[in-house]
Amino acid sequence: MKILVAVKRVVDYAVKIRVKPDKTGVDTQNVKMSMNPFCEIALEEALRIKEAGFAKEVVAVSIGPSQCVDTLRTGLAMGADRAIHVEASSSFLPLSIAKILKSLADVENPGLIFLGKQAIDDDCNQTGQMVAALLGWPQATFASKVVLDKDKKFATVDREVDGGLETLSIDLPAVITTDLRLNQPRYATLPNIMKAKSKPIKKMTLEDLKVDIKSDIEIVEVTEPPKRKSGVIVSSVDELIDKLKNEAHVV
Amino acid sequence: MTRALLLRALTKKKKLVPPNAHRSISIITNLSRCISTLILAEHESGSIKPQTVSTVVAANQLGESSSVSLLLAGSGSSLQEAASQAASCHPSVSEVLVADSDRFEYPLAEPWAKLVDFVRQQRGDYSHILASSSSFGKNILPRVAALLDVSPVTDVVKILGPNEFIRPIYAGNALCRVRYTGPGPCVLTIRTTSFPVTPVTESKKATISQIDLSNFKEEFVSRSRYVGQSTQDTERPDLGSARVVVTGGRALKSVENFKLIENLAEKLGGAVGATRAAVDAGYVPNDLQVGQTGKIVAPELYMAFGVSGAIQHLAGIKDSKVIVAVNKDADAPIFQVADYGLVGDLFEVIPELLEKLPEKK
Repeated sequence: MKILVAVKRVVDYAVKIRVKPDKTGVDTQNVKMSMNPFCEIALEEALRIKEAGFAKEVVAVSIGPSQCVDTLRTGLAMGADRAIHVEASSSFLPLSIAKILKSLADVENPGLIFLGKQAIDDDCNQTGQMVAALLGWPQATFASKVVLDKDKKFATVDREVDGGLETLSIDLPAVITTDLRLNQPRYATLPNIMKAKSKPIKKMTLEDLKVDIKSDIEIVEVTEPPKRKSGVIVSSVDELIDKLKNEAHVV
Repeated sequence: MTRALLLRALTKKKKLVPPNAHRSISIITNLSRCISTLILAEHESGSIKPQTVSTVVAANQLGESSSVSLLLAGSGSSLQEAASQAASCHPSVSEVLVADSDRFEYPLAEPWAKLVDFVRQQRGDYSHILASSSSFGKNILPRVAALLDVSPVTDVVKILGPNEFIRPIYAGNALCRVRYTGPGPCVLTIRTTSFPVTPVTESKKATISQIDLSNFKEEFVSRSRYVGQSTQDTERPDLGSARVVVTGGRALKSVENFKLIENLAEKLGGAVGATRAAVDAGYVPNDLQVGQTGKIVAPELYMAFGVSGAIQHLAGIKDSKVIVAVNKDADAPIFQVADYGLVGDLFEVIPELLEKLPEKK
């Protein structure tokens, strides 16, 4: 079985972002970029499934500008066997990404597609569900545990839902999106980083995949959220209770 | 009096017509874009969830003359019970559609997404399809959108018009104003804390119709199966809608110490929340996590104990009315958003609060 993992290059999670003064977006020039944390978890899970003998090959895919190759190299250094870079100059809506992934899945025939549950830049939480819909495959979103059956016919997945955990059993091929607690992604070691340099990254274009890119959502403007007015530091519990009672009227 | 009302209604209508409406094309699109909303409702043991009512509130803001249909799927008597409650949950609900079948016993994305598409085809074109941004809505609605070949909008916090919305991006550190320009229905998930439900005195009962499922073909039925669920039994109010939320971070150090947070929440009649660090350390189950990837809360009072205030956590609490932070570290970023901060040891502060806070009536 082959596992396809979609990884996205995003502004590093620790960076404090700045909205551009012209309100067209968020400044991504000269900002540290990394692999989306949920994508790291997705890749780690795919690698563990391979190491457990359930998969032969893990293929990392990224869609975007040429710098996505760095993200893919990181994935290869973690242990992915090969990578596919779909080159695109602009960024796409999740629906278009899902269509690209669908057409890659048609070519690659994976038994599983792993994605993160959401990208920490657009916070959409859509792509995995949409790929599953387009392929007509079952989905398990927000996975915190994935167990494959030994014949690789189905997967039992624990999902993080409001109010607890839900367990599903889904037939393969399927799409799984990962939540934070699925695993602890490994660090790429120096020898693996060196090895990753010789692993293949296949370049593809949108023309190769014959995907019709749709943009039915227009970004009108991006603004800073309203700032909270600065608060006060109180010196004792009594003062705190007094403020909550008499100033804020919340207790 | 009535004249004044009529006049106001007329001027309001005028405002809705865009400036280029003299062109015949846009008049046609305007006419065909009469607002009718389908809401995928969430219900549990015979009653409709409060998140769904918030979604109805949001649907009302899409335009002046909108009709709102609630779609309830499930099976058996609890579904019918929920349907009758849904019919009177909000005066603006015009219709309740019920899909009663074993196939909808559990909220599996595959049959449910198909069902929404099925209902849309049967019941005429909805201009908007909504659900709350709960794990339920986020699981199903993007799948619906892909079946309809439209781009959905996640986590809408403000509605500016029938096709223009504001949603947070980058963990709430920026607000993105988007316009939906596609020809298909506009698919939205609603951040319910941004659309509070105000109590309504007017009571009205919407019509309830059963959906004829004889033509509903579902090829995924056997490909995705519900195995079970482990829910956290708790008598405290739901984290997403509680008036008070008391949260603990890593500084609590253990499951036993976390009881302090629970005691304080109990005293205040509030819900318990946790940071990712506290959840990862195993102090509390993960459905209590508050933040970008957990629950988004907007209570009247939010109290954070031993929480540093990472951006991912702040993303989930920013809209709280009053934020209180107690932390040993005076430089913790949480103090930058707190209305009241107290620099001190939570193991001393919480017991003192427990002792001195007034008894809840």
